[in-house]
Amino acid sequence: MAASSAPVARPRLASLILQRKTLLIGLIVLAVIALLAILAPLIAPYSPSRLSVVNRLKPPSERWFFGTDEFGRDVFSRTIYAGQLSLLVGAAATVLAAVLGITLGLVAGFFRKLDGVIARIIDAMMAFPDILLAISLVAALGPSLATVIVALGIVYAPRLARIVRASTLIIRELPYVEAARALGVPTWKIMTRHVLRNLVSPILVQATFIFAYAMLAEASLSFLGVGVSPEIPTWGTMIAGGRQYIGQADWMMLFPGAAIVLTVLSLQLVGDGLRDLLDPRLRKDL
Amino acid sequence: MTAASHIPTDAPLLSVRNLQKVFSTRGGDVRAVSDVSFEVRRGSIVGIVGESGSGKTTVGRCILRLVEPSGGEAVFDGTDLFGLPEKALRGYRRRLQIIFQDPYSSLNPRMRVGEIIGEAIDTHGLAKGKAREARIAELLGRVGLNPDHARRYPHEFSGGQRQRIGIARALAVEPELIIADEPVSALDVSVQAQVLNLIQELQRELGLTMVFISHDLSVVEYLCDDIVVLYLGRIMEKGPAQEVYANPRHPYTKVLLSAAPVPDPSVKRERVILKGDIPSPLNPPSGCVFRTRCPHVIDACASAVPDIEEVGPGHSVACIRQKELASVVG
Repeated sequence: MAASSAPVARPRLASLILQRKTLLIGLIVLAVIALLAILAPLIAPYSPSRLSVVNRLKPPSERWFFGTDEFGRDVFSRTIYAGQLSLLVGAAATVLAAVLGITLGLVAGFFRKLDGVIARIIDAMMAFPDILLAISLVAALGPSLATVIVALGIVYAPRLARIVRASTLIIRELPYVEAARALGVPTWKIMTRHVLRNLVSPILVQATFIFAYAMLAEASLSFLGVGVSPEIPTWGTMIAGGRQYIGQADWMMLFPGAAIVLTVLSLQLVGDGLRDLLDPRLRKDL
Repeated sequence: MTAASHIPTDAPLLSVRNLQKVFSTRGGDVRAVSDVSFEVRRGSIVGIVGESGSGKTTVGRCILRLVEPSGGEAVFDGTDLFGLPEKALRGYRRRLQIIFQDPYSSLNPRMRVGEIIGEAIDTHGLAKGKAREARIAELLGRVGLNPDHARRYPHEFSGGQRQRIGIARALAVEPELIIADEPVSALDVSVQAQVLNLIQELQRELGLTMVFISHDLSVVEYLCDDIVVLYLGRIMEKGPAQEVYANPRHPYTKVLLSAAPVPDPSVKRERVILKGDIPSPLNPPSGCVFRTRCPHVIDACASAVPDIEEVGPGHSVACIRQKELASVVG
């Protein structure tokens, strides 16, 4: 018998997180970035759109932490404001991808007749390079912030759909699902209560990765000029704008670039950490 | 045969007639169950025995429509379960329940014990609020667990305790018939007896009718009133347990019984050892499916599937040589 006869107390989640350094670091960095973005109106020394003709392309200094751009706008203020949109795009695209992906995956895993069609669509979508698919979707829908979110949500939905479908195919054959069917539990309740509930950890882990990918993709789309319009600061549009001045003012690209790297890195750390934390095989105390 | 023939007053609660189950696979059709018929009298325990691959689990799953049968009928209290549409079946779900073999995968690891048992209660709207909590506590007590256990997760329990939780879930809807699919074979031997005693106790107290699926002949002899012996999806022999154990008529039953340990060392028996494995159900032998391993095989065995013949009250055998072999031991 694997478990002891005396039930053991479950360790607290907080202490489990504290034991995992990478997860902890990822969470802290992410929290700082999110706070900076959310509190940008309070923190930013200047308005992100305030032009200053005399202070163009100033290097980082005490006055302008991250320097100024070609219009004399403060790069630090713009970087933290841009975080709002970049994080919003990442989060919204992830939520959309999750809703679409989980629904498709569950339906495909549960209903054999639809599985063939859905599985082929998922495969076909995953065969396209992410950015190419996103560009065509944005082109078809017309570029705007909402379009970028929708396009990225659609692009990343198959990743989740695939995981959910595969796990659903396994779980729906397990005796506890049979027990629920024998009790007459309606199918939709079996899908949510029995299947989805057991998929929370892989979905959560994948969602952190999708968040990171979506943010990168937004930056790429904006950089390529098919994302949000260039005057709206996102990390992508800032890098795109700084490209022309890379020789004279590398700080224009450096700081929004660093913001992307830090955010994506911490998301990956959180994703890896969550995967370890939620996997009972890697969690001896469970 | 009809089980009712030896106790005419007892109408069967469940009669399975000509149950067929064919699984379509890439390698061809697998006939998991062919022509299985038996009856379960109200309040009795029927044991289905056979080695792995004999189709005994499939029979149980088909009765509950957890897998869709390919043919035949299962008449439960006057209604053919196989003919019911999914919605109408839901009402019958409450009356038939199942206990699973694997106490680990049969409980959702993310649900607390109270939720697991509560789901059964909620699905059929049996109790709400405080009455629901009280019912969960009562059920846990009934299967020998502590009412506080409702707040815990399955992984906090041992295999035997988990099996008790599974039993409590089945009992929650007050079923009339329970299909127990090898309920103790995944447990430690020391725990098996406890769970078996619990099952027997509950069966008597609640007047349950049971189909007990097992490969363990001593367990079946201890518990069951009637016994059905399956081999490769077909019935070899069936009848009252005492009669079948005392006077097995089918060569396969004889082999099975000779393999079961007897606690009395002074009893001397000839042990018949079967050669080879159970044949693949993808390509079953013609005629009698047991002929490839039967110690008494003759040419005629290959030509036709033997009919099930009655050899005593409620006792029938599917063997063309059963008469001439009646006197032969082993």
